[in-house]
Amino acid sequence: MSSQTARTLRTRLGRVRGLGSAKEGVAHWWGQRLTAIAMVPLVVWFALSLAALAGAPHQTVVAWIKSPLAAVLLVALLVAVFYHLALGVQVVIEDYVHTEWRKLALVITVKLASALAALIGVFSVLRIAFGA
Amino acid sequence: MARPDRPLSPHLQVYRLPLTALLSITHRITGVGLAFGAVILVAWLAAAAAGPAWFAPMSKMMGSWLGRIVLFGFTWALFYHLVNGIRHLFWDAGFGFEKAAARNSGLAVLAISVIVAGVVFGIGCARVGG
Repeated sequence: MSSQTARTLRTRLGRVRGLGSAKEGVAHWWGQRLTAIAMVPLVVWFALSLAALAGAPHQTVVAWIKSPLAAVLLVALLVAVFYHLALGVQVVIEDYVHTEWRKLALVITVKLASALAALIGVFSVLRIAFGA
Repeated sequence: MARPDRPLSPHLQVYRLPLTALLSITHRITGVGLAFGAVILVAWLAAAAAGPAWFAPMSKMMGSWLGRIVLFGFTWALFYHLVNGIRHLFWDAGFGFEKAAARNSGLAVLAISVIVAGVVFGIGCARVGG
């Protein structure tokens, strides 16, 4: 094997076809790792913020979400969480569900539900951030 | 489908799982649990966006004893998955695969996750009390 192929996780044929042995290349693996790295600081910030907000009235929580930093980081967190979650739950389903149509139906449901939940979360944050 | 009557290889329950294996399955279980936590996060944000009439019952539910127990569970699961996730990232980079190293890092993950979750949750409870 040449040094060129040894430096990448993909085979030459896989690169030509745009597919890996798992029919999807390494995008799944990388997507999960990148969102994981992104969430390390985001989750620490979020958990501490929530702890500080514990028991706070609606007004205080809304004021916090309205601040530009919190709004942007919350949107970033939501995107990372639901992207990471959809990939992770997909693997769990693929490990334990072996009937093809059930597996497909579950994975599709999880992907669409994750996208919808992320959108609801992002919309809620933006509505508060841009609201009067 | 009729299966031929032949011996099966020993299955999972006959082994005493080593710590690393228990931590591995815990990572997966906390991950799936946190997926439900993410839905609660979205519900909380949506309630905040919908107004005080929606937010108040949500807030009250979370402040109840049952709510606090569930929230502590999510807090620990979050930090376990976070700290063990960092352990996984080190493995991905090729570090810490020795048997002793993997066991020690596992023990560290357990200790750190419990301590950090306790501190963060303690701050939250102190804020509610104060």
